Parts: sequence; structure tokens; C-alpha cells
Amino acid sequence: MKVKVLVTPKAAVLDPQGAAVRDAMQHLGMPEVSAVRIGKYLEIEVDDKTPSLDSRLNDLCRDLLSNPVIEDYEVVK
Amino acid sequence: MKFAVIQFPGSNCDQDCLAALNGIGGLRAEYVWHKKTSLAGFDAIVLPGGFAFGDYLRCGAIARFSPIMASVVEEARNGKLVIGTCNGFQVLCEIGLLPGALVRNRKLHFICELLTTRVEVPDSSFTHGCAQGSLLRLPIAHGEGCYFADEKTLRELNERQQIILRYATEDGRIEASANPNGSVENIAGICNREGNVFGLMPHPDRAWEARLGSADGLKIFQSMIQTIEARQERAA
Repeated sequence: MKVKVLVTPKAAVLDPQGAAVRDAMQHLGMPEVSAVRIGKYLEIEVDDKTPSLDSRLNDLCRDLLSNPVIEDYEVVK
Repeated sequence: MKFAVIQFPGSNCDQDCLAALNGIGGLRAEYVWHKKTSLAGFDAIVLPGGFAFGDYLRCGAIARFSPIMASVVEEARNGKLVIGTCNGFQVLCEIGLLPGALVRNRKLHFICELLTTRVEVPDSSFTHGCAQGSLLRLPIAHGEGCYFADEKTLRELNERQQIILRYATEDGRIEASANPNGSVENIAGICNREGNVFGLMPHPDRAWEARLGSADGLKIFQSMIQTIEARQERAA
């Protein structure tokens, strides 16, 4: 099965990349854009019979795929 | 006295660290490959700069799981001095030996510059060779050196005197114009609560003799040596 993980910067963390893309979108004809935040999207192939899949995946999302100091994550199946 | 310089795949300041440390009389530095599991026999541990594991995912995110890191954590908990410069600082934050995190520079550029930092805590294990407010000229070279911590962590860092170095103007003022990367409160280097783990974005390893533009980095290594010697004298 394919599991998708979204990792996004926390609201309090400066996202200069998102700000640069927002500015570019405004310059390129969409002044309506008020904010852009850039995160990461991961596609993970994993055997759906994996024991304790949810909890093990969540542990790795917390410990490896995201840094809880600056990021949030969401697992989408 | 013996210092360990940890080598990860992608470290690129390991040789700078070794050269800087081996230039100090009475001190020997040796590489320790990241797959090793013991740091017995070393008096201090250095995590060098570079791009461990290509900085993939996040800087330091994969390096923190290297086999040697369990030993780094154990030795740090036992009070051994640990210093992480640049990428080493990022690894120390990722593994939780230091609070906060390092994110992309505010202006997105990779910055490579010699600049001024101010010593905020003159009696730390890493800076007691410096007077309060002394200025160290140190180079930085990073794309992700913007220090971030939430308000509660920042308050604690200030209260417990864990902010060791801040970016300053050439005459020693802490202001936004001296902040190269957007770090909160101009933070360039912090230590843990116990004071034996120090992370900094500047490179003392690239500032150990005048022909490199500055020899101020030596003051940090020499402070570490004095701390270790004082401990050994107390133990004897």
C-alpha cells in the first residue's frame, strides 16, 4: 500500500521559502495570494500487513520524518 | 588529552577540526567514524561541520541515528564536553541534546562570511578564557543556520544563561543589522542546561591562526582544555 505523509512548518516558524513563492505569485498576476507555506510530501510504499503499522509509522513520523520543534505531520492513507 | 572528531558521510570540516586541535600543544585529536559505538578514552567530543548524509530530509535528521550518537548522548549525560559546530550544532539539536532547531536562513542564501560574535557567558566551560562581552571574529558558512526556539524555551535559555554567543556589530552591539540569518535574539551558540554541550553555527575550527583571518576560535578550544584540566586536577 501507499502511505502519504505531509510535513508542514509550524505557524510560529518563519518560512522564507513560502514568503518568496508568495511574492513571486503576486508578481506573476495573482495579487490575491496572501500567504504560502511550504512543507514536504512523502509517498511511502509499505506492506499493508505490517504489524502495528499505524503506531510504528507514527513513531517514525515523530522521530525521523518531522522535527516536532518546527514541524507538524499528518499521515494520509 | 584526546579529542574525538566524529566523521559522518558528508562531513567536510572534520579535517579543519583535526588541524585546529592538533595545532594546540599537548592535545591530540583523532577521527571516529560514525559507525563506531564507543568513545571511551576521549576527553571531549567534536561534531564537525558539513552536510552529514547530504542534509537530506533536514540537516542532521539522519546523522542523529548513526551508531556513534548513542555513545555521544551517553558521554554527554555523564558530563563529558561535547561541541558541535555548524552541521554538528544541527545534529545536537536534532537528537535533543540542545533545545530548539536550525532552519533555513531568513534570506534563503547560503552565507559564507567572517563576522563578529559577542561572548554572553564568560564563565562557561567553552568561553571562560574570554571576558564578558568580548568579541570573537568567527566565520560562518551555512544555508540553514537560523536558530529557532519557542518563547518558553527562549525564556529558559536566557534565565539559565545558556545563550553563549550572539551575532554582534563590530563594536559589540546586538542588533538586527548584525544578524546574518534571522536567528531569534541574534543567537549564534547555546549550551545545554548542564553546560557541557555547546552548539554554535560559527566555525572556531576555521579561525585558529591569523592567516585564516582570525585566531579567535582557539579561545573556545583552549577554554575546553582548561575546563578538562581543572576537572582532572579536582579528581586527582
